Amino acid sequence: MTDSPEFFRLTVNGESRNVTDAWLGESLLYVLRERLGLPGTKGACEQGECGSCTVIMDGDAVCACLVMAADAVDATITTVEGLTPDAMLTDVQSSFLAAGGVQCGFCTPGLVVAVHHLLDVNPNPSENEIREAISGNICRCTGYGRIFEAVRMAREQRVTVRVRSPR
Amino acid sequence: MTISRPLTIDEAVRALAAAPGAHLLQGGTDVMVEVNFAKRRPVDVVSLRRIAELRRWHVDDSTGEIVVGAGVRWSDAEREPLRSASPALAQAARTVGSPQIRASGTIGGNLGTCSPAGDGLPVLSALDASVVLRSAVGERTVSIHDFMVGPKRSVRRDDEIIVAVRWLPTSGFEGYAKIGVRNAMVIAVASVCLVHDPRSGSVRVALGAVGPTIIRARAAEEWLRGACDLRNISTVTAAMTAEFGERVRSEARAIDDHRSTRNYRHHGVGVLAARLLDRARKAT
Repeated sequence: MTDSPEFFRLTVNGESRNVTDAWLGESLLYVLRERLGLPGTKGACEQGECGSCTVIMDGDAVCACLVMAADAVDATITTVEGLTPDAMLTDVQSSFLAAGGVQCGFCTPGLVVAVHHLLDVNPNPSENEIREAISGNICRCTGYGRIFEAVRMAREQRVTVRVRSPR
Repeated sequence: MTISRPLTIDEAVRALAAAPGAHLLQGGTDVMVEVNFAKRRPVDVVSLRRIAELRRWHVDDSTGEIVVGAGVRWSDAEREPLRSASPALAQAARTVGSPQIRASGTIGGNLGTCSPAGDGLPVLSALDASVVLRSAVGERTVSIHDFMVGPKRSVRRDDEIIVAVRWLPTSGFEGYAKIGVRNAMVIAVASVCLVHDPRSGSVRVALGAVGPTIIRARAAEEWLRGACDLRNISTVTAAMTAEFGERVRSEARAIDDHRSTRNYRHHGVGVLAARLLDRARKAT
């Protein structure tokens, strides 16, 4: 078995980032957090069941724990840190705060990314479409009611005002 | 460890020939779970993600078959235009994992993993699909009924990649139904796909998660064929749907495990089969 440390490059949040000394089998989740200093993407189940590690890869919301990082070298990746360029809150993040959709906060980054993806591809989602879109994001605190409310708030804002696009 | 990232099927089979035993990576939704939990530490990986020809589907003009590339994702199958071309596959796709999983996971990966609970497999069985495999020495086509030989075991050789699945669609009803512990993010406890073929006057029913492989309930199919004229599905009566469910149930061979019990699974496939037949007879 050869386990020589390797070098590869990822495009994350608009920047080309070098990944050094990684084992090639490492997940994108691990590389983002431990190699690239981007801890906003959370890790919990590491089997695609909780959605805490949701990132946008080539326009799709995916679980970073299920992406082999070395296989993502030509992908465009956006993490929760990259949704807004200037450390301001995005409209979705503001809605989560206003609606009380954040309790312990561990699931929040994954939900925020999933909701951004939803509203980018479908600016006016129905109630069922909202539920479907975040069905892969598990929250053990809120009971989801206030999260749904946060998504509705963000939806209404985008319908009434043209909010700055995160990308 | 090495990772090879071919752009064409030819490059992929050459990479596989050069690294015997390499692990094939499609969407990663099965492989990476094993890697993350240190159940698998691959030495060589051949990633199929960048092969554009695997990501397409089309209708074969000469045979009328639907040909779906192994890299077609569940999120493609659940949306138009593939959804209308294959309603049962779309229904199965909608039950796979979450939107995140469906955006990554592929039909070829489902076949590669070959779990009896894989959502695509009962559909392909009921459609009498074929699996197209290619290696550096050539291509072969295997019936789905011969492809799977046990839990997570198939006849795919180490030097072959799954290129596509193909089947001749019928003009009749097709549907998929599944039982899990909740609506989203669930692996099948029991699943059934039913396809009606008006031309041959038959109904085909395949069962998932109730045996070591996907099971075709052929005795129940034959019974139904003898009980009415399946060229016209509305000749199926409510009483027949109930008996059909009972007969399907008797062909299941489930086990007790961490996900459910043998008895519940058997009960489940009976209910689902009767329900799908009822939908079929009312669909006309």
